[in-house]
Order: sequence, then structure tokens, then C-alpha cells
Amino acid sequence: MNGLRLWLSRNGRALFALALFLSMFCIYVIKNGVGLKMGLATAVANKGVLLALVAMAQTIPVLTGGIDLSVGMIFVLTNCIASAVLSGPPWMVAVGVVVVLLSGVVCGAINGALVVYGRLQPIIATLATGAVYYGLALTIRPVPGGSIDATLASALTNQFFGIVPTTLVILVAVVLVVWVPFQLSMTGRGCYAIGSSEMAAYMTGIAVRRSRLTAYVLAGLLAAFGGILLTAMTLSSDASVSGGGTYTLSSIAAVVIGGTSLMGGAGGAIGSIFGAFVLRTVSDLLFVFDIQPLMQPFIQGLILLGAVSLGAIRVLRAPNRLQFLGAAR
Amino acid sequence: MTRGLKAVDRPVLVAFGFIVVLIILGSIYNRHPPSVLYLLQQLQVASFLGIVASGLMLTILLGQIDLSIPWVVTIGGIAATAAAGWWGGSWTALGLPFALVCGGLVGLANGLGVAFLRIPSMVFTLGMNAVVQGIVVMYTGGNAPPDRATPILQWLAVRNTFQVPNAVIVWAMVGVLVVVALHRTPFGRYVYATGNSERVTYLSGINTRAILIAAFVASGACSAFAGALLAGYAGKAYQAMGDPYLLPAIAAVVLGGTSILGGSGTYLGTVAGVILITVLESVLSVMQIPESTRQIVYGTMIVVMMLVYGRGRKPEG
Repeated sequence: MNGLRLWLSRNGRALFALALFLSMFCIYVIKNGVGLKMGLATAVANKGVLLALVAMAQTIPVLTGGIDLSVGMIFVLTNCIASAVLSGPPWMVAVGVVVVLLSGVVCGAINGALVVYGRLQPIIATLATGAVYYGLALTIRPVPGGSIDATLASALTNQFFGIVPTTLVILVAVVLVVWVPFQLSMTGRGCYAIGSSEMAAYMTGIAVRRSRLTAYVLAGLLAAFGGILLTAMTLSSDASVSGGGTYTLSSIAAVVIGGTSLMGGAGGAIGSIFGAFVLRTVSDLLFVFDIQPLMQPFIQGLILLGAVSLGAIRVLRAPNRLQFLGAAR
Repeated sequence: MTRGLKAVDRPVLVAFGFIVVLIILGSIYNRHPPSVLYLLQQLQVASFLGIVASGLMLTILLGQIDLSIPWVVTIGGIAATAAAGWWGGSWTALGLPFALVCGGLVGLANGLGVAFLRIPSMVFTLGMNAVVQGIVVMYTGGNAPPDRATPILQWLAVRNTFQVPNAVIVWAMVGVLVVVALHRTPFGRYVYATGNSERVTYLSGINTRAILIAAFVASGACSAFAGALLAGYAGKAYQAMGDPYLLPAIAAVVLGGTSILGGSGTYLGTVAGVILITVLESVLSVMQIPESTRQIVYGTMIVVMMLVYGRGRKPEG
């Protein structure tokens, strides 16, 4: 019983995000009138998985108490790289996938090195590297374009054996191969510990530097997965500053909706995935409810603001205000 | 005492040093010594960013941040021109105050969310940015509102008084207000105290909620003011006109030596940061470097300058 309670208190916010998504999705399907067809499910999944990957990427630095304002730009940069290298014979495509993922890792490693060894504040360091990554993306693709191997693209964007959207399979695979082992590892535990209290983590003998560096590297890797999928969906690439910025901001919102504390130390990437799907379903819902197009951004904004304000409930219930004012430094 | 002075002065000195180097580099490239006119032009362009950064700096000093700047700048520009065009008559003169009220109201909402709901400002102001964007789209999407800049805005943003651009004078006035507020009033003391430790400040009997709200209102008003001036400078207001101001403003404040964690920083530093960013952008565009390389250089410069003087303390032990 106690174990269940602990589990619930740890994962309550993520479960809430899941419930929110499921109810929104049900309303969407019912209201849509065409039922849950495979095509519809795939379209919803494809849109959601892109943001889910970027949101997972954002989660890990946030867990350490940092932030990565360059995830959106890494996403755009890897999109541009993917559109240049993912074509030709199969072996070249395979090498291309590795190249794209590696470039994501390198971007993340630069962020991590600046934060860990350069001792820069994550917010300002990743702000600056984001500009650099955007510049690189623009160097590769001054104008939108590029191409991707057609077989790979259709394999990635359709259904897996006609049962499940392939993107969902990829998302689950990424969770199982990247997130779960990371969360269970010493390094992953270290990230949570740093987010709770860096001093205590250091005193306990946790490899603070290695954990933090890994967090940013994994963020780059996950964003690169997103970049490949985006290339498969759009069949091209576009070095768009607003595109990257929007993804960065949405990823932060998804992380918060998914129950990860921006102060670090609590939450997880699974919640962020649900948060991303919630965000993506909002616009679909507005569409099926025939909301005037001009009203949509406003309502979307209000819902976003409301969703991130959910954390305020604890403030209204708190017996003592002091606990929200932060400790003396 | 001497240590305190050193900590304050070093980033400012380094920033001004970088400015001088950049101006010299630019003039070597042009084979022409920098003229007073050129420097004044740089200051004029910098003044819009400077006014945005003035408000942002107050929130950063508190350990918060205002990410709603892009659309508050936009709503400032649109409100100032639309009020004049819709209602005409005396509203032409009231366009600017109307913009300030709009910006202040958004800031008030930000402040209430951060101070009372205790939502991290990074998230709440981000949400407000989306809401304000929605409001702008709702009111301007279907029917294009009047977007012509009024003569007053144009006079403020483009004209000169005794050779000095009016925009620079406006920025200087905003700057004097901020400096007086920060260093000559209790409010300023409370801002630095709250930034250092809100808990201790609150326990000392200070209404930290009011301080937070005041800072966000000031930030909103500053952004809207800059937006109105920008509309005057460009001749019209347009959607997303504030987008290129958020990141440079954050960079300017932080390069000027204000700690992103709050509690320390000087206005002189912010001025240095703003001029530095503006001169950097100007030199890069004068050299006709393509946008892609410009972004890379821009980002790298910020990293390098931060590595020179913006580093955190080495972990102890």
C-alpha cells in the first residue's frame, strides 16, 4: 500500500497528463465523426512524436536543474543534416543515420562542456550555442530543400506491419533503449540528485560532472532522433529560426505539463511525452470544435497558460508560504 | 569593499573593451575612422534594445526572467498605432500612453502569476507570450487595423534634437529612471535583496510580492514603449516585430554582468551589454557576412565573452 502511494505521489503529475491527453483524444475522435481510422491515428502520432522527442530531450537537463534552450535548434540542425546525408544506397543511408545522431551528440556535448567545464549558466550558454547551431543549419540549407531516401521516409511515417504507427514504435524503442537504462543507471540517478541538491550530491560522491555532461549529450541525441523523423515527414528541411524557437518553447511547456519540476530533481521523460501529446491535441480539438481560426491562437495560449499553472494548486493548499520563497543563498 | 567594487567593475570594463575593439575593427575594415555620426547612429539603433533591456534587467535582478517580451513589444507597437487610427482626434496623442498601459497590464498579469501563484517566471511569461500573441491575432487578423506610425512616434524615434537622436534621449531618460529607482529608493534596495534571497527579504518584513509585481509591470511597460518607438522608427507596426528582441536583450543584460540568478548587476553594465550587442550586429552586417555566419559568430562571441568573465564559482571542496 505504501509502495503504491509513493509511486502515485511520484508519478501523479505524469498520470494526470496521460489522463488529460486520453480524454482530449477521445473527445477529438468522437467529435471528428470518422472514428479511429489508422490514417488519423498515424497523423496524430506523427505530430505528437516529434514534439515528444524534443520534450524528452529537454527533460534531462531540466532534471539536473538546468535547461537547454538549444534543443529546438539542434532539432532544426539535424533536420538539415539529415536532408543532406539520408539518401543513396542503403549502406550510405545507414551511415547517414549514424552521422545525424552523432552530430546531435556533438551539439549536446558542446552544451554540456560549456556548462560543466566552462561553468556557464545553462540558460545563457545554450542560448548562445542555439544561435551557433542555427547558423550552421542555415549554412547547410540557405533555402528550404534537400531530400531523403523515399523508402526510409515512408517506412518511418506509415504503420508498423499495418498495426501501429511506426513513429510510436520508434518512440517506445527510444524510451526503452535510451531513457529507461539512463534513469536506472548511476549517471541517471546522479542527474536527479544534482537537481535536488548539487551540494548533497557532490558530498555523496556522485560524479556530478559526468552526470551533468551526460544529461546534455542525451538531450542532443534525442533531439537528433526528432530531426530524422522530421526529415522523413517533410521530405525536406528548412532552417527556420521560428521553427526551432517554437519547438524549444513547446518542449519546456510539455516538460512542465508532464510534471517535471523546472527546479530539477523530480519528474521524468515519460510525463513529458504525455505533455507533448496534450499540447499537440489542443490544436486538433480547436479544429474539430470549429473555433474561428482567428480565435485559435488565443485559446491555445490560454490553455497553455492554464496547463502550466496547474502547479499553483499546491500553493493554494500550502500551510506556510515560506517554503516557496527558496532557501537563503 | 574593494572586492565588491572589483566584482562590479570587471564585466563592465571588459564589455566596454570589447566595444572599442569592435569599433576599431569595423573602422579598419571600412578604412575610415569612426565618425561621431556613426556612433550616434549606433546609439539610436541601440536605444530600442536598451529600453527593452532596462525592464528585463529588473526582472533578472530578482532572479526571474520575462520571456513575454516578443509579443509585448509587438502589442506596444500595434496598440500605439491602432489607438491613434481607430479613435483619431486626441487619441493620436494618447497612442503612446495606451501602449504603455497595455504593456503594463500584461506585466501585471505576469507579476500576479509569479508572485501569487508561484509559477516559475520562465514558464508563466512564456504562456503569457502565447496569450498576447493570440490577442494580437484576434484583433488584427481579420481586419487590418491602422498601422501607420503617428507623427509623435516618428518624432521620438527618428528625429534629432541638437544632432542627438531623440531615441537616445528617450533611452537616457528611461535609464536615469531605472538608476534612480535602483540606487536612490527603497524599491531598489528591496530588488537587490529579493534577488539575493527572497526568503530573508520576506522575513525582514518586506512585501516581496509587491516588488515582484512592480518589476514585471515595469518590464511590460518598457517592452511596449520600445515597441511603440520601433513602430515610429519603421513607419508602421507589424506582427512579430518584437521577435528579434528577446534573445539579444537577455544576452545584453547578462553580458553586462548582471547575474542570471539575480541579486547583482549594474545598469551601466546593461548599457555596455546593449551597445556591445548592437555594435557587434552592425560590424557583422557592414562586413556583408551572410546571415548564417553572422549567427555563428554572434553565438560564439557570447560564449567567449561569458567564458572571459561570466563564469560561476568553482565548486568548493
